[in-house]
Amino acid sequence: MVSPTTLAPVVFWRNQRFRLALYQAVALLLVIGAGAYFVSNALANLDERSIRTGFGFLSREAGFRIGESIIPYDASNSYGRAYVVGVLNTLRVSLLGIVLATLIGVLVGMARLSSNWLVVRLASLYVETVRNVPLLLQLFFWYTVITGLLPSVRQATQLLPGVYLSKSGLMFPAPVPHPGHPYMAAVFVIGCGLAWGYRGRARRRQEATGQVPKLLLPSLGLILGPPLVVWLVSGAPTALDVPVFTRFTFRGGNSITPEFLSLLAGLVLYTAAFIAENVRGGIQAVPRGQSEAAAALGLRRTTALRLVILPQALRIVIPPTTSQYLNLMKNSSLAVAIGYPDLVSVANTSLNQSGQAIECISIMMGVYLTISLSISVVMNVYDRAIALVER
Amino acid sequence: MNSTIRTDIQEGIAMRNMSRYVCLFIAFTVVVLAGTAHAGEVLDAVVARDSVRCGVSTGLAGFAIADSTGNWTGLDADYCRALAAAVLGDGAKVTYVPLSPQQRFTALQAGEVDLLSRNTTWTLTRDASLGLVFAGVTFYDGQGFMVPKDLGVQSAEELDGAEVCVLTGTTTELNLADYFRANGMNFKPVVFESLEESVTAFLNGRCQVYTTDRSGLAAILASDAPNPDDYVILPETISKEPLGPVVRRGDDAWFTIVKWMVYALIEAEEKGVTQANVAAMMDSQDPVIQRLLGTSGDMGQKLGLSNAWAVQAIQAVGNYGEIYDRNVIPIGLPRVGSNRLWTNGGLMYAMPLR
Ligand SMILES: N[C@@H](CCC(=O)N[C@@H](CS)C(=O)NCC(=O)O)C(=O)O
Repeated sequence: MVSPTTLAPVVFWRNQRFRLALYQAVALLLVIGAGAYFVSNALANLDERSIRTGFGFLSREAGFRIGESIIPYDASNSYGRAYVVGVLNTLRVSLLGIVLATLIGVLVGMARLSSNWLVVRLASLYVETVRNVPLLLQLFFWYTVITGLLPSVRQATQLLPGVYLSKSGLMFPAPVPHPGHPYMAAVFVIGCGLAWGYRGRARRRQEATGQVPKLLLPSLGLILGPPLVVWLVSGAPTALDVPVFTRFTFRGGNSITPEFLSLLAGLVLYTAAFIAENVRGGIQAVPRGQSEAAAALGLRRTTALRLVILPQALRIVIPPTTSQYLNLMKNSSLAVAIGYPDLVSVANTSLNQSGQAIECISIMMGVYLTISLSISVVMNVYDRAIALVER
Repeated sequence: MNSTIRTDIQEGIAMRNMSRYVCLFIAFTVVVLAGTAHAGEVLDAVVARDSVRCGVSTGLAGFAIADSTGNWTGLDADYCRALAAAVLGDGAKVTYVPLSPQQRFTALQAGEVDLLSRNTTWTLTRDASLGLVFAGVTFYDGQGFMVPKDLGVQSAEELDGAEVCVLTGTTTELNLADYFRANGMNFKPVVFESLEESVTAFLNGRCQVYTTDRSGLAAILASDAPNPDDYVILPETISKEPLGPVVRRGDDAWFTIVKWMVYALIEAEEKGVTQANVAAMMDSQDPVIQRLLGTSGDMGQKLGLSNAWAVQAIQAVGNYGEIYDRNVIPIGLPRVGSNRLWTNGGLMYAMPLR
């Protein structure tokens, strides 16, 4: 047996682990030190120039109104609440935009692979045009179209009874609030959960027995049935708050503003073009052998697409599409150009009225970072859920 | 040397957004890194650069608007010309930097401009908490409302329920909320960041009402509305909007120059010194005129300038009354009320130059 050569004990500053730790500690100290220096210097400078600092202004009265809000807000509310209104407006347009852009993007992406010459040309024309014109110009385009071509609010076009379209937006009736409504919403959510559960069971049964259980009707029943029952039980309230024209514009009912509409249209059409490219690329990346094998098994083209091609394409499509979602959310900050009160718009107004630039910008960055990271996390979870499971 | 001119309008929208963030970024960097200002710093920089950087509005007829050749006219632009003439001896040595209401304070704080001369209202918040100081008043204004004539509106008190186009970052949007709140009325603001877009939206019929300073309303009617007779400005004035030049805090020497430039132009009007007769007035026996024109005393030197500072300014743009008549009368605002000299019952009053 050979005894291991005994090494002379290393002095601790020669120890590699120790050195690495030391370098990191020094780097960290430098970063913290620099940060602290900048912050204290900034504070001193701001103070010297008597520019107000601190986040105290968030609880002070904002004094300005905001055009649209999904929570009650008026000029006597605080800056903090104004920010919440801005964040909600950003989320509203982003989330709706993401859903619609996905739908259109998938359709157009598949259209580009269609065997119909005209469909392919139209889809390519759309993608190439929209991708190559700056989004800001597209927003101005939509806004000008809507506010320029629609009739003025006094000559609003009546689309359906109680539904009007004009330069002031789309006005439509809203149900008069009723005590039954919250319960309807609650059972709707429960119904969605049940439908999800049912779907899982149906799939397991199909795997176990080969039978294909009915899916659509039972799910619809589970989702829509309970709210309907609650609605009937609470006395079937049908009262509608119909918009009526007063001196200047409509009062009552619900409305979608031209600002929201233009922003949504611009964001959705722009992002959908990129998603369409992702989808096309994803589908084309699935090896030909896969569709040939599916055909050999006797699957119809649509079934093969749904069961064989798309699930594989999805794995390729998800990561770039996630960044399109993030882009859409960040691009919604162009809203300010066409008068939609998103987070940037509210933050800019607060910045100007309170004069606290650093605070307002930090809040804005913090919020965008949080939303972005949340979208990333959700998409990563989804990505992992659909990842190839090797059996 | 010709004045360097930046017309942001032509640079396009994207640039405007870019420049806002560049501007904010500079503001940050300056605030984070810079040392503190000291007296005389701005004057030294202006002299070294041989140009006054003047923040003006992006295009408001009568106050600051660039023509197709990039030449700026208007009361605010002329004030900068007077200042450049007083400090550098040449009224053309001005770099005009067009700024939206939203950009203006950051641009000044960041040192991108030496002063703002762009219909900016003097308020306590701005004077005390933005690191800026107001140097005087060059125009007494107030906020008004404008509506299409065919709506048949006679008074602002009828505006309950209307949609109102307004610019963000202004006192206008605050006064608007106050006024409707005080009168128990409701309205829906449609808020824009650029004058151009807000005016287009109003003229397109997106809003039934446009509100801003009355001078702004007159300017819009004079230069933007295709048919000015289709609109009326309602009689109510809902606020006080004293507009005047603003400088950064911390440089008292520059602040003093900017302040006394306003007074010198008013004093010249009071004493009947005009662009045409200023040369002849150098022989005046009136001691007040002598001190103003630097033929006796050393008023200019006390400001760190040449004693001919006021003469140079008056030669460049004339006295306050001439500036007003040349720029503001044409947009349909006669010189009435507060904007007259104190000797005519107005508020234009120069502190004694002695
Ligand atoms: N006096 C008000 C409003 C000033 C203001 O910016 N008004 C608009 C409309 S009159 C304007 O000048 N805009 C010119 C621009 O955006 O360049 C204030 O100081 O907040």
